[in-house]
Amino acid sequence: MAWGEFKDIAAERRLFQRRALVMLGLVVLLFFILIGRFYQLQVIEHETYTTISDRNRVQVQSVPPTRGLIYDRNGVLIAENRPVFSVTLVPERVDDMGRTLARLGELLAISAEDMEHFNRRLREPRRPFQELPLHYDLTEEEIASLAVHRHELPGVEVSAELVRHYPFGELNAHALGYVGRINREELQKIDPVNYAGTNYIGKSGVERVYEDELHGRVGYEHVETNARGRTLRVLERENPVPGEDLVLHLDMRLQKKAFELLEGRRGAIVAIEPETGGIIALASVPGFDANLFVTGIGVEAYRELSESYDKPLFNRALRGQYPPGSTIKPMLLLAGVDSGTFTRDYTIWDPGYFQLGGAGRRYRDWKRGGHGWVDGTKAVAQSCDIYFYELGVEMGVDVMHEYLSDFGFGAVAALDVGGALPGLLPSRDWKRGARNEPWYPGDSVNMSIGQGFFLATPLQLATATAVMANRGEWAQPRMLRDIAGDTELTDVLQPEYLDKVSVRNPDNWKYAVDSMEKVMHGERGTARAAAVGAEYRMAGKTGTAQVFSLAEDEEYEEEEVRERLRDHALFIGFAPVDDPQIAVAVIVENGGSGSGTAAPVARAMFDAWLTDFSPEQSVISQSRRTAP
Amino acid sequence: MMGRSGVVDATSSRLHRPQSIWHSVHLDPVLLLLLLLLCAGGLFVLYSGADASVQAVKSQAIRFAVALVAMVVFAQLDPSVYRRWAPWLYAAGLAGLVAVLLVGVGAKGAQRWLDLPGLPRFQPSEIMKLVVPIMAAWYMSRHYLPPKFRHVAVCLGLVLVPMALIINQPDLGTALLVGGAGMFVVFFAGLSWRLITGFVALLGVAAPLMWFFVLREYQKQRVLTLLDPQSDPLGAGWNIIQSTTAIGSGGLSGKGWLQGTQSHLEFLPESHTDFIVAVLAEEFGFIGLLILLAVYFLIILRCLYIAVNAQDSFSRLLAGALTMTFFVYIVVNIGMVSGLLPVVGVPLPLVSYGGTSIVTLMSAFGVLMAIHTHRRMITA
Repeated sequence: MAWGEFKDIAAERRLFQRRALVMLGLVVLLFFILIGRFYQLQVIEHETYTTISDRNRVQVQSVPPTRGLIYDRNGVLIAENRPVFSVTLVPERVDDMGRTLARLGELLAISAEDMEHFNRRLREPRRPFQELPLHYDLTEEEIASLAVHRHELPGVEVSAELVRHYPFGELNAHALGYVGRINREELQKIDPVNYAGTNYIGKSGVERVYEDELHGRVGYEHVETNARGRTLRVLERENPVPGEDLVLHLDMRLQKKAFELLEGRRGAIVAIEPETGGIIALASVPGFDANLFVTGIGVEAYRELSESYDKPLFNRALRGQYPPGSTIKPMLLLAGVDSGTFTRDYTIWDPGYFQLGGAGRRYRDWKRGGHGWVDGTKAVAQSCDIYFYELGVEMGVDVMHEYLSDFGFGAVAALDVGGALPGLLPSRDWKRGARNEPWYPGDSVNMSIGQGFFLATPLQLATATAVMANRGEWAQPRMLRDIAGDTELTDVLQPEYLDKVSVRNPDNWKYAVDSMEKVMHGERGTARAAAVGAEYRMAGKTGTAQVFSLAEDEEYEEEEVRERLRDHALFIGFAPVDDPQIAVAVIVENGGSGSGTAAPVARAMFDAWLTDFSPEQSVISQSRRTAP
Repeated sequence: MMGRSGVVDATSSRLHRPQSIWHSVHLDPVLLLLLLLLCAGGLFVLYSGADASVQAVKSQAIRFAVALVAMVVFAQLDPSVYRRWAPWLYAAGLAGLVAVLLVGVGAKGAQRWLDLPGLPRFQPSEIMKLVVPIMAAWYMSRHYLPPKFRHVAVCLGLVLVPMALIINQPDLGTALLVGGAGMFVVFFAGLSWRLITGFVALLGVAAPLMWFFVLREYQKQRVLTLLDPQSDPLGAGWNIIQSTTAIGSGGLSGKGWLQGTQSHLEFLPESHTDFIVAVLAEEFGFIGLLILLAVYFLIILRCLYIAVNAQDSFSRLLAGALTMTFFVYIVVNIGMVSGLLPVVGVPLPLVSYGGTSIVTLMSAFGVLMAIHTHRRMITA
């Protein structure tokens, strides 16, 4: 068929016109479908898509509050916040987690523990787009290296974070406690909103007790991010409320002194300001550097600490439960005369041993041959055991328990000291319950010299000493002296709940305190050597706690007993006698004798507090000058 | 010849003004104005879609300039030139497609380009968008219209061979446009409605077979994604979720120029190329979209007018097919971006960033202007 053959041109044109009209109809139809679709998306469902679009770009980020600082009583900073750079990952933004972690492993020295910890956090439920810390405390080189390789590592950020730092290191670990990374159990207990941006929480001590005050309230930032998660701008911000600053009763000068005094030994010193109950020194030696625990201690370093024979992680001051030994005698003397068991001038004959009912087992005095005629004052001053054996048996466990519990034994009397243990003040009921045995008179004999079942912590001994110094008046021991900001101290500190030690005759206080004074200043006082040359009067009591018991009539030579089996040396005391400014309990593990080892330590503490510190800072400057 | 010109004279003298300057330069001022309007508006949207890149706008403007030159050149040729050259152009186009199959270059698993020494890199399939309708129109106009079944069959064969080669590259979007262009010729030629119904029925049967034997895994995935984008929101569904979000959040009047958060914060992929209509809808809202569609509609209307008034069957068929190809671009692209159609690589005509399609499209408009302005002398 050749081109140009006759065709019905008009018909073809009409045909085309019809077809073109059909096509125009199709065009109109499909355009209306498109318009309908856009009307649906842009007008009907506009709200929905606006929400999706905003959710796309706007992320709510928590802004963690700055943790409150902690000062000692003189304004010395003892817990601060130091900027630390760490690597964090936002899992939602990481393309290939395995590869990213491997690459980070090449760039940084990430420990297996950090890696494991991170992987655990990764599997735990968490808020989307939350930053998970991987590796802490980056060096300058590591930060630079990450910056160079940043493009290879989407979702990886270097974030500056304020991390707790304890400038005094091991001096304060047991007194202050420390913070550490939030662990799984804590994660379930804390308010997930308030801790949304927080990685650390108080683990022990003051840091734990005042966690709520120190932490503050979380803030928020609505930030606009692009599809890759890079933050572009802050749309809205609700500032966090920083944690409150705390001022403690602790005095770093005295704290340092306490550590120096126990240098090379194992032991504890607790010093309390009797009037306020404020703990001015709390030393457990050896200590450890709490800074190690803040960002997570390595397994090796931890093993070294935890397996050390010196037990540096063990808080002896709060949790060390020792037999109080003879340090209990002043309180028992008070109980004896106040309960009317013995009169104040009652004397006994001390032959060097004591027998229940005049027969049977001989309970020995520490002094061979005995003290001869002994009254209460002499019994304390020279630590005569026989007097107290007789008194204890005569008085009975119930009376001893009544008076001693008034002094805070057998319970935690401290208001805000985290982790303190109650010790053990035995009683008839206790023995029935715990041992299923009746109370034997022999138990009273042991209890009367602070042995047997009786256990007390150094904090409890210092507390009882402070009560004695206050002549029965209670000021429950506490760490917190003041809190910054609008918060009132009374809002935060647990109110006191213990009443004055009730006595029938208040003169008995003087009697008991005089006996303690004789320990220091009497001609034959057991600690008279420790009081020589003091420009103030002090009251005290030495003690020795047996690490293992001796069989009847068995003698032992101190030198033959290996060092670790030697007796613990104890001392309690306060000064000045008439206006007590400091009450101290000292325990030196395996220190031998209380008078030889522990009493000089206490004397040094008294001197430091009462005379060494500069007068304008010394809390007792006036009273010291009026003292004889 | 006499009879035909007589009919034409009667119509055209009634419809057209006497020859103007536009006729002597072979351009249609109405179409030109609409196209320039579209291009200029497109550059505005592109500036935003390309994240305020002056560079992108500049290179796109250069492409428009090149495409305008191509349009003017194509407009100068008498339609009979296209008709005469049809078989040779078709043969050359097929040769190009076969060459792509053998020695073509490409990226992302698709082999689309021909890199011949001495010539700039080009896509033979792109040229086929023009060549196939020219060939189909040439073939159909040689016979009486409406066409006989065997002529239709032969013509479909002429269309399907290049289409199959392009699908094989694979380039579904271009194959669709090339095939569509050929089919529209057959439709305009007067394909009987009976046959059309038959074809539609056949397509209904073929679709499941295509699903199992022709479509590749990624293409099937696209269809599945369309049906349920939330099944893989961060993977296959991402594009469609983000584009509908962009459109929907634009609302009635939009977020304002350069204020689209979906595009500027990089949530919207391909925001300056295939998905640019989402940028427009986000920043200028429903109103902006209506304006865009209105411009497109006016262009189509003008082109159909040119087709209806063309002087011979070849010109009419070619003009009609080119117009409808342009329309297919619009519907497929906007339908895809708004989640009505599966994701197919078809740009928004004259707005999306990218070279080849702009030149092809403007060349097609050049052909349409040629058809409109090269008229046989009117005799009294």
